[in-house]
Amino acid sequence: MPTVRTLCHLTLLTFFCARPAFSGTLIIESWRVDDKTTWEKIIIPAFKKSHPGIDVKFSPTSPTEYDSSLTARLAGGTAGDLIACRPFDVSLALYHAGRLENLDGAAGMNNFPQSAKVAWQTDDGKQTYCMPIASVIHGFLYNKKIFRQLNLQPPATEAELFQVLDTVRKNGSYKPLALGTADQWESNQIVFSNIGPNYWHGEAGRKALISGKAKFTDPQFVAAWNVEARLGSYLGKAASAQTYADSQNLFALGKAAIYPAGSWDIAYFNQVPGLEFGAFAPPVAKAGDQCAISDHMDIGMGINTNSGNKADARQFLAWLGSAEFADIYSNKVTGFFTLSSNPVDVKDPVARQMIAWRASCASTIRLNAQILNRGQPSMENELWNVNALVLNGKLSPANAAAKMQSGLAKWYKPQQ
Amino acid sequence: MKLVLNPPRPLGLFRWRNVTGNFFLESMLSISLQKKTTTATLLIFLAPALLVYTLLSAYPLLDTLRLGFYSSHDNGAVSFVGLSNFSTILLDPDWSASFWNAMLNNLKFFAMHILFQNPLGLLLAALLSLKNLRFARSYRTLIFLPTLLSVVVIGFIWQLILSPLWGVGEQLMGLVGLADYFNPWLGQEETALVTLSLASVWQFVGMPMMLIYAALLAVPEDILEAARADGASAMRIFWEIKLPLIYPTLGLITILTFVANFNAFDLIYSVKGALAGPNYSTDILGTLFYRTFFGYQSQIGSPTMGAAVATLMFLAILAGVGLYFVTVQRRLTRFTF
Repeated sequence: MPTVRTLCHLTLLTFFCARPAFSGTLIIESWRVDDKTTWEKIIIPAFKKSHPGIDVKFSPTSPTEYDSSLTARLAGGTAGDLIACRPFDVSLALYHAGRLENLDGAAGMNNFPQSAKVAWQTDDGKQTYCMPIASVIHGFLYNKKIFRQLNLQPPATEAELFQVLDTVRKNGSYKPLALGTADQWESNQIVFSNIGPNYWHGEAGRKALISGKAKFTDPQFVAAWNVEARLGSYLGKAASAQTYADSQNLFALGKAAIYPAGSWDIAYFNQVPGLEFGAFAPPVAKAGDQCAISDHMDIGMGINTNSGNKADARQFLAWLGSAEFADIYSNKVTGFFTLSSNPVDVKDPVARQMIAWRASCASTIRLNAQILNRGQPSMENELWNVNALVLNGKLSPANAAAKMQSGLAKWYKPQQ
Repeated sequence: MKLVLNPPRPLGLFRWRNVTGNFFLESMLSISLQKKTTTATLLIFLAPALLVYTLLSAYPLLDTLRLGFYSSHDNGAVSFVGLSNFSTILLDPDWSASFWNAMLNNLKFFAMHILFQNPLGLLLAALLSLKNLRFARSYRTLIFLPTLLSVVVIGFIWQLILSPLWGVGEQLMGLVGLADYFNPWLGQEETALVTLSLASVWQFVGMPMMLIYAALLAVPEDILEAARADGASAMRIFWEIKLPLIYPTLGLITILTFVANFNAFDLIYSVKGALAGPNYSTDILGTLFYRTFFGYQSQIGSPTMGAAVATLMFLAILAGVGLYFVTVQRRLTRFTF
């Protein structure tokens, strides 16, 4: 029957069509599923305006599966031309495996300060393999209506923070903190990384851990877990089964006063009608202490060494380094702050508040991002687990520190 | 049609088999339908299934077993390392701790299914096979329905029901005065695995129910009539006549449950993620394999190490099935009718 035959041909043809796009189209690999529309409606059209000959397609994978599926696609030769780079070790491993192109002296690269490039350079700082894009900043969001009603001020010190939390708890109509541990990652990335730098003195503490001069069991790290354990006492019994989405909903519905946040959350809460919120920086231990914030280099972009279209890919990266892109990205992808040296005027009020902390506080990145993720057990997975346990009161700060230290000392020479 | 076994005879195509002395295969191949058929016909009918099975099931399995003996390097090269992957998993303190934790959790997961799913399936099937039960068909459909749903949907539904923030669980328990006993079961180390096991039991209880129901219907009516004529009560008929006659089905269900449980992954992953929290209390072999093979977050996956975990899973299942065949199945066949 002719129809059956046609169907067969069509089925076979789709296999050919499903192959990776033909040269001429640049495919971007990324984990930013949430930004797909922004890329398709704003960023790529802006690029095409100045580069009409180059087609670009944004093809994201969900964040938890990105690294493993990307590695598989790179090995199988089906990965896209442009690869969104995680900071430090994950991308460095790809570079060492020969998957990412060397970008020394690439056009646009000199628009970034050395401090931004370090996340995508070899340990000796001599070779660069990804163009920096943006960082995320951690802090706390608070519900302005609740604060007004209870006559509260955004806290600046640890003591003030707990006073505020106590007041909200006593009042009883709202949850003090919108925070849960079911998904685990928030416990590390938006609680521990958020409040910690003030106690381990930002970069100094992080570097001491890498050089082996400090241990997780030292007082500056245990102090951070102590505060975390105290924060945990403000979570209801529901917290252990509360997911990230649950916490977002609690804060969005105005049922919780304070939300420990990553700057990317701003974009989500901006969509909630009637929610008035502001931000405050992670509180310092004592008034007058120098503050430190987690200003984490989050995303960069590199070129697949097997790309058939490297010239166009380099043009695209050069544009990523431009002031035009810095402005678009910072203002359209709210909560991601450009790493460019080009001054950018951030328009969103809360994002503006957060980026202003860069001027008054010292910036640091997440504790384990550089070098400490290279062995088994992976410090990232360990920190998720340990911090969730501390928040739930199932593990004491001292034991948390001991567990982290023994895991690290198992494979990391300077700590042995 | 009746199958008869022909005496071994030389076959043109498979004559060489005789040289290797493979009389078993020889006689298998010479089974023929009473109507004269050629070996070629048999092969043609066997080929599609054999080919698909070999290509999609046997070959990947064998290749996985092979891959477990290798180690991969950063540059993509793979080298033979013998048993070192297995010794790492079983002897390295961290690896063995997480492996045995996953194994133990898997056994608990299986135990929950044996304790609840299959007895419940038996009970439901026995109730459904009662004569004069009204709405029997509706019950059957409703109870079987969750089996057809996607595991992701099941995970999501139960997460919502049990959510201490928005769930109906606490309210429903409050209606019978048990609100104080409500806990965030999915979030507690002590209860998370049991809760997920019960959700899985809820989803799959339809399977044993259907199989047992079918077996109960197949119990010959004359035996039951004879029992009734002898004055046996309904209870006695069930326990002493029907139940022994469906033992083979119960055995089959046990082994199917065992294999399914040791291959389970999806429900845990969809509710708790690949880190199987809190504190790895819901980690089973499937999630451990996923983390090892594909990696998770900054943990880089290792196909060779993952293959070693998969091999150990395969061996565990093989041992379980082997044990079942040696100890249970051989005795059960005596009861078949």
